[in-house]
Amino acid sequence: MIYLDNAATTAVEEEVFAAMKPYFCEQYSNPSAIYSFAGKSMKAVDEAREKTARLIGAQPNEIYFTAGGSESDNWAIKAAAEAYKNKGKHIITSTIEHHAVLHTCQYLEKQGYEVTYVDVDENGVIKLDALEAAVRPDTILITVMAANNEIGTIQPLKEIGALARKNNILFHTDAVQAYGHIPLNVDELNIDMLSASGHKFHGPKGIGFLYIRKGVRIGSYIHGGAQERSRRAGTLNTPGIVGMGAAADLAAAKLAENMTKVSELRDYLIQRVLDEVPYSRLNGHPVKRLPGNANFCFRFIEGESLLILLDQQGICASSGSACTSGSLDPSHVLLAIGLPHEIAHGSLRLTLSETTTKEEIDFTVEELKKIVERLRSMSPLYEDFVKGGMNHVQ
Amino acid sequence: MYSEKVMDHFNNPRNVGEIENPSGVGTVGNAKCGDIMRMYLDIDENGVIQEARFKTFGCGAAVATSSMATELVKGKTVQQALEVTNKAVMEALDGLPPVKVHCSLLAEEAIHAALWDYAEKNHITIDGLEKPVNDIEEKLEEEEY
Repeated sequence: MIYLDNAATTAVEEEVFAAMKPYFCEQYSNPSAIYSFAGKSMKAVDEAREKTARLIGAQPNEIYFTAGGSESDNWAIKAAAEAYKNKGKHIITSTIEHHAVLHTCQYLEKQGYEVTYVDVDENGVIKLDALEAAVRPDTILITVMAANNEIGTIQPLKEIGALARKNNILFHTDAVQAYGHIPLNVDELNIDMLSASGHKFHGPKGIGFLYIRKGVRIGSYIHGGAQERSRRAGTLNTPGIVGMGAAADLAAAKLAENMTKVSELRDYLIQRVLDEVPYSRLNGHPVKRLPGNANFCFRFIEGESLLILLDQQGICASSGSACTSGSLDPSHVLLAIGLPHEIAHGSLRLTLSETTTKEEIDFTVEELKKIVERLRSMSPLYEDFVKGGMNHVQ
Repeated sequence: MYSEKVMDHFNNPRNVGEIENPSGVGTVGNAKCGDIMRMYLDIDENGVIQEARFKTFGCGAAVATSSMATELVKGKTVQQALEVTNKAVMEALDGLPPVKVHCSLLAEEAIHAALWDYAEKNHITIDGLEKPVNDIEEKLEEEEY
């Protein structure tokens, strides 16, 4: 099997799993209890909190463990809206956010909030002038992702953070795809809240965190016990937290090395595909993109068919076609960067990890070439294109 | 998510291709929504479908329903071919996931579109054949409201 869907989830590293193991059957105590058996678990949680914070230059007491990225996004946005509603009810975001942000914003619109969805350019970079123009006296929150999950484009967080700070607006970023993969510093970037998820960087699933800058007074989202300084109730997921901490530590140690290694292989993949597959294009920014992300469109074919045939060659990939989204529309991200529907349907996302090899990439490109050719041979769009009748083709 | 029969017809689609100077050809669906089917029919002087071929842009289910539709109409008279409904195509494939039912509708429409073209070319009317909807996806979208 060749796994090229690391943006969906990653393998838990052996070292991470080893660090987690004692907290299932042996050191299983509830960390919040008073006896010394619990103290050992709390110590492990505290250490993990430090490691998690260090990677983004935060203080440990600014890290609040959650069940993952979606919870963190929901918490940050809904609680900020609630806490600052007396100042205003206007939120700014981008058109290419993850659904955890977009659907939360849409929910708030139903509750009487106003949301401005700022456009992106053809590379998927938010239009900063449009962002600045969207700021109003009643704007309470700007939420823009650090890097896009589909096309990998990295957003200009520094400029966005500076704009938010200048206008005294909270800045939240969904860094689920970026944390552990590219350098992020909450102070340099003026980030007030940041969401991340353990399983995207070789930690376990079901654990994430929300960074909340000291002084940002948002309320709880999950009410109950006094865990996480009374801001997020629920028994601490000790093995998950320990695992995420270990994964953060490993990511920090190898961040620069991995970035170079993975982006070199990614560029090799991109070059080969663009050179060897006719009528293909790269989606997302050519340079300012996540080290592991490659996203293509192949004209005249449809993404789901492509995924099934890749799967039959043992290659795991993903697509933004309508068929994979469960609706009739292709990915909102591909439409937002200006692709027509028929081209957006033929998208393929390949996301690499540190363990992806050149041999795997070579095999994938060879199979991809055959599959694209096969699907085109049965495509009426390609038939029209070859015959020169461009009625369905842009 | 797909039945074995769907996977078989997707992996080994029957009757892919074109027919030169077909008795009837019809294209349905649209690229905007991600599915286009084109069906070619060769119909003899007795009104029997001798050959059926297709080309499809779309998902696994779209390819499989096109393939099955060509298999089901081959050797049938024009009147019998009208009885190849989307339900018949789905049953022959041992079912489709609910989100893919529209693909089978597209297959039925492709047959009708090719037959309509045949009827027009030969200046005949086929009992029970209505002018096919060109854009089945849009029809579906409208129904959602």
